[in-house]
Amino acid sequence: MTEQHPLGLSIQNLTKRFKSDTALDDVSLDVPAGGTLVIFGPSGAGKTVLLRCVAGAIDPDAGQVLVGGEDVTDAPPEQRGVGMAFQNFALFPHMTARDNIASPLTAARQSKDAIRAGVESVAKLLKIDHVLSHAPRALSNGQKQRTALARALAGKPKLLLLDDPLRNVDAKLRFEMRLELPRLLADQGATVVYVTQDYKEAMALGDRIAVLNAGRIVQLGTPAEIYQEPATTDIARLFGDPTINLLDVTPERDGGGAIVRLSDQRLPLGPGFEQTIDHPCAIGLRPEALSFTEEADGVPVTVEAETPFNEKIVTLVTTLRGREILVSRPTGTPGPREGAARIVARPGAAVLFDRETGARIPPAPSDKAQTEAA
Amino acid sequence: MDHAPIWERWLRGVALILVVLFFMFPIFWILVMSVQTNETILRSPPSMAFEPTLQNYQALITGKLETQAGSLDIAFMQNLWNSVLLSVCSVALALVLGVPAAYAFARHKFRGSEDIAFTLLSFRFAPPLLVLLPLTLYFQDIGLADTYVGLIWVYQLICLPLILWIVRGYFEDISPDIEHAYRIAGHSWLSTFRRIALPLAGPGIAAAGLLAFIFAWNNFIFALVLASADKQPVTVGALAFVTASGIQYGQIAAAVVLSIAPTLALALYAQRYLVEGLSLGAVKG
Repeated sequence: MTEQHPLGLSIQNLTKRFKSDTALDDVSLDVPAGGTLVIFGPSGAGKTVLLRCVAGAIDPDAGQVLVGGEDVTDAPPEQRGVGMAFQNFALFPHMTARDNIASPLTAARQSKDAIRAGVESVAKLLKIDHVLSHAPRALSNGQKQRTALARALAGKPKLLLLDDPLRNVDAKLRFEMRLELPRLLADQGATVVYVTQDYKEAMALGDRIAVLNAGRIVQLGTPAEIYQEPATTDIARLFGDPTINLLDVTPERDGGGAIVRLSDQRLPLGPGFEQTIDHPCAIGLRPEALSFTEEADGVPVTVEAETPFNEKIVTLVTTLRGREILVSRPTGTPGPREGAARIVARPGAAVLFDRETGARIPPAPSDKAQTEAA
Repeated sequence: MDHAPIWERWLRGVALILVVLFFMFPIFWILVMSVQTNETILRSPPSMAFEPTLQNYQALITGKLETQAGSLDIAFMQNLWNSVLLSVCSVALALVLGVPAAYAFARHKFRGSEDIAFTLLSFRFAPPLLVLLPLTLYFQDIGLADTYVGLIWVYQLICLPLILWIVRGYFEDISPDIEHAYRIAGHSWLSTFRRIALPLAGPGIAAAGLLAFIFAWNNFIFALVLASADKQPVTVGALAFVTASGIQYGQIAAAVVLSIAPTLALALYAQRYLVEGLSLGAVKG
């Protein structure tokens, strides 16, 4: 730990094929030392394969894996100095929880006392010190998950790989761990790569999120960037609950700039969207970026149904042409329950996508910015 | 748990008793025969009224067979010892060779691995007589005929495929993630094999070893052709009781009792493993 390489993990042009399937297609990623990267994507996207290539359980066809600046592509798993928690826990069924957790320490040939102390401190941290003498089959799912996590942490690895560790635990425990994990991981000081299919986990845990789909990284950014400026309609749909409203629109010229029409009401797109005029687009509006209004310039809609959740109320409304829109508002704020209403979008909250490719259309830099850049 | 009507349970019990009788009666009869003299055995009609005698066992153990034609030397205890030696050594060698091979076939799919594994299994398909003649000829050439080493080598045809295929199934049932986890924790593959794969496949290895032992013990044809009297196991040795002056049923029965005793004891002791080991290959859970 004396001189730490600035990059905790560097993946360069990693490719892995299984027969004709390409599981990873030229993936490159850098994680700064001590940082947390979440790899997010639907199942079958190649998340687990990527993690296994880093751990050494799968040999990539091409590309390099560098841990702390050191090329470990050809190194066996035991020499990579990583810790890993598996989605299916992968506990050693014939060993007690204590021996499971101790396995990285026995590999390092530590003294008996050191092993004991190491196991106990990490077990206390994860609140499983009372079940250390149990065999894995005698543990609850939550305890198994914590044991698997403790085993990954026990060796104090510089790089920690967590393969959807909360996938197989119940909702309550998942919520608890989502709160507990960020602090736990920060205390370790390790570089963390966390794989998940749950966007809430991704947003809660990652400094940065890499969205993986079909073996390619489709977007890499901070949680806020991915939420507010999703690169594609697919990503926009995967992040957020209730799901983003995506409406097919064709921007029109109106005065100086571009506008779209919802229920015949003008919705200005703001500067920089002139190039989208007359181009088939989809507009993305987050339900929480919409609100009901009394103003006459609001978009007229009909309230269809209301679903109250604990912390928010989601209302389904339809436009004049029957297009469905979800509006979310915090519980306790007033809103119409039925009949006609008007909604308004928070300025700048709309995201525009190309309808054909699904890719986000960023606003063109203004003339002023362009001349400055030149 | 069992909601079947009374008569159905009764019927089931009777059927079970019939099956047990059918299979156990020969063993019972052999036991009875082994404590009778040839005269009482050959009485007609047979009768359960007889004076039990241990003279058959005595003859086997002392190696002196008294018949009407005179005294005959038999080497039954030597045969028994040969059986133990051949079976134990064959199974031990087959385990040493077969378990790592089974692991390799289960975990590393290399070019032709399926073909090699299947070829090894096919040794069990071939009738032993097919290979015996050429084997005899070249064993004589290379000096392996009538040696323990030669027999143990040939016994690998029986033991190795059995162990390989049963143990391979057990290794395949272990989640590879468990082994990955141990290696990522910092252990070498050898220590992963010893500490994770071997203990987890333990029941399967025990079952396969046991089965191989029984098959080796019961083998007849290899030793009959390839070994002379002093290297022969009990299965072949029992032939010695077919003498010029008649068949010594009493001694044969006693010999059979003595020769099935070890395998029967082993099988009873490890029943659970055996059933598991045999059914696991058939129904992968």
